[in-house]
Amino acid sequence: MSIASTSVIQIIPRTRRGVELLLLVIAIAVSVGAYVNIGITVQNAVPASTGYYAAGIGLLALIAHFALRYRAPYADPVLLPCAVLLNGLGVAMIHRIDLGLAIVAEAKGKVPKGPAAPQQITWTAVGVVLFLVVILVIRDHRRLQALTYTAGLAGLVLLVLPLIPGLGVNLNGARIWIRLAGMSFQPGEFAKICLVVFFAGYLVVKRDVLTLAGHRFLGLDLPRARDLGPIGIAWAVSLGVLVFESDLGSSLLFFGLFLFLLYVSTERAGWLIIGGLLFVGGAYFAYMTFGHVHRRVTDWLNPWAIDGGQVKLGLMGQSWGGILGRGLGQGHPEATLYANSDMIISSFAEELGLTGLIAILLVYTLIIERGLRTALGCRDIFGKLIATGLAMSFALQVFVIVGGVTGLIPLTGLATPFMALGGTSLVANWAIIALLLRISDQARRPQTPAAPVSDETIAMAVQKA
Amino acid sequence: MSELTLTLIKLGFLALLWMFVLAVLSVIRSDLFGAKVDSRAAAAAVPQNSRTPKPAKPIKKRKGLPGSVTIADGPQAGVGASLGDEPVIIGRGSDCQIRLDDDYSSTRHARVFQSEGQWWVEDLGSTNGTYLDGQRVTRPVPAEIGGSIRIGRTTLNIAK
Repeated sequence: MSIASTSVIQIIPRTRRGVELLLLVIAIAVSVGAYVNIGITVQNAVPASTGYYAAGIGLLALIAHFALRYRAPYADPVLLPCAVLLNGLGVAMIHRIDLGLAIVAEAKGKVPKGPAAPQQITWTAVGVVLFLVVILVIRDHRRLQALTYTAGLAGLVLLVLPLIPGLGVNLNGARIWIRLAGMSFQPGEFAKICLVVFFAGYLVVKRDVLTLAGHRFLGLDLPRARDLGPIGIAWAVSLGVLVFESDLGSSLLFFGLFLFLLYVSTERAGWLIIGGLLFVGGAYFAYMTFGHVHRRVTDWLNPWAIDGGQVKLGLMGQSWGGILGRGLGQGHPEATLYANSDMIISSFAEELGLTGLIAILLVYTLIIERGLRTALGCRDIFGKLIATGLAMSFALQVFVIVGGVTGLIPLTGLATPFMALGGTSLVANWAIIALLLRISDQARRPQTPAAPVSDETIAMAVQKA
Repeated sequence: MSELTLTLIKLGFLALLWMFVLAVLSVIRSDLFGAKVDSRAAAAAVPQNSRTPKPAKPIKKRKGLPGSVTIADGPQAGVGASLGDEPVIIGRGSDCQIRLDDDYSSTRHARVFQSEGQWWVEDLGSTNGTYLDGQRVTRPVPAEIGGSIRIGRTTLNIAK
């Protein structure tokens, strides 16, 4: 290190909490702006509830901000404002669709369903509470490594929970919800976090063995046959999710996560080839064998065949939005089924156009980039792998849902992070952001001169432990 | 509400949204290069990592040639070879000058040899690679005093 430091720019560690506060103010301004904009166009007046909405979202954001000032001062300054912006925009769009549905119901002479936006704000509050718990309780992410196998077991249990008769419910053709005390949850959202912790902890210990090359084939170092066990198990479980819970999205997310972490920790492209082939094979098998998977694919290949299909209406809305969009409150996103959950991206595309959609996708990209940046800066391999895994889970999720809505891949019911209506997913995403911030605090904190530890020594220590 | 006002509101909102994205990007940009170091802070930072005086460093390294390679840790710590005229081969094989007891090293793993008045580290097509100061060795790299070679799980120090 001392040799290199002459040519390297000296970076003085800064907390950057002030910058975070500034970005938070802009994020809140955008969210409140959207809310007011919707009120003006739909109801022709600034809505009376604007004050409550602004106070609610502002208060939650500030609480999270001060928790960081207090307990993770060196955390990344960009992650929290991005999360607040997406969450706020999501609530505004859900509110807008509430209004749209109410108008439709009124025209038909029906009683409108209760609004969904207040519910989403409540879930945001729960999410921020979990955020605080993670930031305050987990002082050092490396402690999670002791929970490697516990997390693995918990993840697996959460994943199969919806299959238990009486507890799991079948909604919209996928069995990924459980109903408890009158409320429904998607345990898979938390399974994701547990499994990232498990994969990271497992790979820290096993990566050396998995790096050993077996045969060389077409210029690629393929792994040894006896090391294929874990990837086989991950594949079987994800295929099981696909078959028994009919959830292509979770299946892809789960297997993709494992594959990425395997690749990142071993640096062997052979794993990607093997995993890709396994996934293609499994998906083709499922397509040939199971009716619901088959239907998803035919819907995707020919969205125009179904009258009132959500992909079709979503695509029409997006094209109506064009480059600049209809303007908030001036489209008809409510005409699409699940316009406030699965199809929320298409609702945004309709009202904000391609310009707005790209901005939203950029915010997602920035979250993912900061996650990977955290992984690069992190000093221990376990933290690196967790940060990579969480960022990748975000990336995969956004890809799968946006790809589905825009017709790139078959539509599956993965939640759009932070935006879609749905409590479990929102709360889980707040926990993910908290974990990333915790790791980034450790990564960006100035190193104490007493312990100039390199990556390798930590890795060695971890392997011995 | 007139059409014009609504269009203006629409464009204004999109501008606000993009302003956020650009603000985030500018924060990331300033984060990349860090804060400007004032001379006082730079002066304070120098003594911390300047065991050898800064400008002399690259020259000084060439002056003294390395004299030995020694295993740094583990049960084999202290085992090594002196760098005379002969190249030193490191690996698990019995014909190596430094025999490693490490499952992750290859039979003939790496070579330290002299050429053009300098010592070099070269990987001999090993399975798991050779690392000099954390960098993977893909072609012969100059070996300097104070450098450390990592082979499998073994670290070797280059000393005078």
